[in-house]
Parts: sequence; structure tokens; C-alpha cells
Amino acid sequence: MDFTVALAQIKPKLGCLADNLAIAEAAIEKGIAQGAQLIVFPELALTGYFLKDLVPDVALTLDAPEIERLKLLSRRISIAIGLVEVTPDYRFFNTALYLEDGEIRHVHRKVYLPTYGLFDEQRYLARGEHFRAFDSRFGRIGILICEDMWHLSAPYILAMDGATSIICLSSSPGRGLSDAEGLGSAGAWQRLTSTTAMFLNCRVFYCNRVGYEDGINFWGGSEVITPSGEVAVRGAILEEDFVLAKVDEGALRRERIFSPMMRDENMMLTVKELRRIERERG
Amino acid sequence: MGALSVNTTLLRKMLVGFVRDEVYKVGVKKGVLGLSGGIDSALVAFIAAEALGPENVYAYTMPYKTSNPESEAHAKLVADALGINYKVIEITPMVDAYFGLVPDADNMRRGNKMARERMTILYDHSAAVGGLVLGTSNKTELLLGYGTLHGDMASALNPIGDIYKSQVWALSEAMGVPHEVIEKKPSADLWAGQTDEQELGFSYRDADELLYRMVDQRMNREELIDAGFAADFIDNVQRKVQGSHFKRRLPVIAKVSNRTIDRDFRYARDWGK
Repeated sequence: MDFTVALAQIKPKLGCLADNLAIAEAAIEKGIAQGAQLIVFPELALTGYFLKDLVPDVALTLDAPEIERLKLLSRRISIAIGLVEVTPDYRFFNTALYLEDGEIRHVHRKVYLPTYGLFDEQRYLARGEHFRAFDSRFGRIGILICEDMWHLSAPYILAMDGATSIICLSSSPGRGLSDAEGLGSAGAWQRLTSTTAMFLNCRVFYCNRVGYEDGINFWGGSEVITPSGEVAVRGAILEEDFVLAKVDEGALRRERIFSPMMRDENMMLTVKELRRIERERG
Repeated sequence: MGALSVNTTLLRKMLVGFVRDEVYKVGVKKGVLGLSGGIDSALVAFIAAEALGPENVYAYTMPYKTSNPESEAHAKLVADALGINYKVIEITPMVDAYFGLVPDADNMRRGNKMARERMTILYDHSAAVGGLVLGTSNKTELLLGYGTLHGDMASALNPIGDIYKSQVWALSEAMGVPHEVIEKKPSADLWAGQTDEQELGFSYRDADELLYRMVDQRMNREELIDAGFAADFIDNVQRKVQGSHFKRRLPVIAKVSNRTIDRDFRYARDWGK
């Protein structure tokens, strides 16, 4: 179906659940008012990113009242949003929820937790163990959180699982300034989102946050990428924004006819070769 | 030289956004800085004026009796160009009162004392006007340790601490810092005729080219020599970076508990902001 997606390029406050929930609810109301049927938020939208020892203090169980409020709103608009989840065995996950028709339709726990350079996620968070696509009003969707997307296998698995849309929630720090027009990190992401869409003949909805935490900026530039890898719309760089895009079902159908790479993808060959590599590695 | 050249439009946006965001989230609207007449503090004044509005920027020149009068003239030039709040506060009486007690102090002790005197004045004015102290040390001097600990290195926020001197020059051009300030030789102005480059023994341009490859690109000694840097220059700079590392860290705390500040008690400074 054709639909309108909103990318809420917000500036969360570090460790302030109530404030961030209010920011999210305002964006949701704005999305509804502007006719969006799906709204995507950044990674850790409800908490902020460089949480460090704050992780346990801002973690939510999936039956938390904050999530109940979002579930209620999801009767009016589908919502993808990032938060810290705590499980009954007290593991803390960098989680994205997909809420639709008043229910949690999907939980994705970030698999690839960057722990290098300025990142330290594995120190504080548990690693997710699945990449699974799921059905939604808008067809089959796969969710990735930031670093997940830098692992080629992640969107590949989702696409093989039938996803025709990939939602990526991100808190990407801006860095790598040169004499080029954009930031190094922004340019790398823009190549990645476009290439992923082209490889997998799927749409990409990329939502990245803005603001500063301890001097580290988040560069924004949220975007909707068509299944042919074109940028349909891109948000402001380094500023809050609310990006709206009409998503055309026909564009997906046509791209899958023109470039039927996913139809031709030989999953059994891939599995067979991966098994061989696994065997040979011992 | 391409490695150090930057998109100044984007850099300006990042640094102006940084000052605005990090000042506002503390719940204040103002910034305070020492304006020495040199390029680093001039650039920070330009960034702060754009971020906070000139009426919210408070700049102070704090000359000692041996300071070059040209420094004060250049500071005033910058303040006038921006329309920021500006005041000259002489530090001679306080500094001389102290050195009356320890008359045998050498130039380094005197220079450090002056830098720390200025720091206390800035922090006092920070409380008086309700603003944050903005740091004016660039990446080159921070890496080389060419600054006074708890003196000019003290600040609440530093917009230029991750840009090299060469990039300070480029951004200053782009933001319209007066040419007199950009073109003069960098000096700590501790005694007449002093220049940084003379004291360091190499030029900022050369140091930046080396530091960029050593720090940002993590090239090893062999790769740096292959890239054309002299071995003794590499070793000299490496020694300065390592030898001054203590200046860039908080004091070391003896660990006895399970949660020691900064070791296993870890929070962002922007905690709750």
C-alpha cells in the first residue's frame, strides 16, 4: 500500500525518560496531524545515547507504563522507537519496538554493540540474538539499530526473511571533518543506506538523532531511500527536523521487476558455503 | 597539506551548535572568556557571539605590566568588531603582591601564576554574570602540553580543543576575525618579544602536519619517517605529547572502594541534561 512515513529527528535529553517521552508524544501527535501512518524515532530516543552507568536507571520492562502509553498511540499511527529494555533476568538491551494497532508487534534487540573508538556499548549492554522480519500494515519489515546495519549479514538476513522495508534507528556521532562537503560519518552512512537498498531491492527508513552529549554531536540527516537506492528525502544536518515522505508501493513493485536480484538470490548456496566455512574453521 | 584542510562552513556550524547546546542545557545563556589579543581566544569569541548573541558574551583582557600593549589593542579590536561585553582587568597588583613574597621565582613560575590569576578572575566573573567559562586552547597546544594546568587550560567548555592551529587559522579567516590578529605571530605574551614557535623550537604548521598523522591517523614511527618527517622531530613531539598527558586528565584517585569516580562510577557530564 501507499503510505506516509515520518522520521522524527529529535534531540533526546540524556537520562530523562519523562522529558523524552513527552518529546516523542508530541512528535507522534504531529505525525498524526500531518497524515503519517508510520513514525520512526532514533536509537535510544527515550533515554539518550551515552548513558554509561545510567543504563539500569532508565531501563524499561516491556509492560512499563511508558510503553503502554505508546501502545495506545499506536492505534492511530504505527511507531518504531528506541529505548533501554530490561528483561526479567536483568539483562539490559538496546532495543527497538515496533508498535501497531495497540500492540507490540516486534522487539529488536541490537545485536552488534560497538565497543571501539568513542563507543563502549558492550560494557553496559547485553547483545541481542536475532534478526527477524515481521508483518505490518505496510508489508514485511525488518528493524536494525545503527551498528547492526554495518554488518552485511544483518540486512541480508532480513531481506531473505521477506522484508521489503528496512527501518534503521540510529544515534550516529558526527566525526571525520575534512574538506569534503559533508562529515566523514555522514558520507559513509549515506553510501551504506543507498547501497543496502540497491542490493536488497528494499526501502530504507533511516532515522538519526541530533543534539550534543558531552561535546559529541549527532548529525541527523535522516532519510528515506527508495528500493532503487535513490534518496527520496533527507533531513537537515545537525538540526532538529521532522521528515515526511510518501512511500509508493508501485516503486517497490517496479524495482523488483527491473532488478530481480532478491528473486534470484540463492539462499541454499549461501547457507551451504557458510556451513563449509564453519566446518573448515573448526 | 590536504589532510588538515577542513570544510569551514560545516566546522562553524558544529562549533556554534556545540556552544549553544552545551551552554543552554546547563540552564544559563551566557559565556565568559579571556580575550588575550591572540587568534585562539578571538576565534572563540566569534563562535560564542554567533552561538549566544554578542550581548551574552563577556570578554576580559587581563594584562600584566610586561604584556605587550598591542595585545590589548587587538583584543579590543575583536570585542568592538563583535559588540560583545568587554572589560580590561589589570593583574599586576595581585601578581606583584604574591611575587613580593617569593622574589626569586623564575619566568615559568611567573607565567603560570599569571595564567592561574586570570583563571580565578574568569571563574569569579562566571559567577558574577551567570555564564560558563569558555576554553580557548586548541588541539595543537593541548597535545603538546603548551599551556598552564588550572590556568589557561581551565574551562567549562572548549569549542576549539579538537581543531589544530592550522584549522584555527582557516576557520578564523572564514568567520571574519580581524586580519591583524590572524597574521601576527602566536605568542603567550609572557615576556617582550616571546613567540610560541621560537619557544617550542618548531612551527605550528610542521607540528600540525606531524600530529595529524601521529594522533588522528595513528601512523607509526616508521610510517612517519617514510612520510618525510625527521626522526628527532618525531621523537621530540612524541615526548611532549606523552610528557604532558597528565595535564589532560583528572587527578589520579587511589582506589579503595568498589565504585571509584571515573573508574567504575561512570556518567556523562551531561547526565540529566
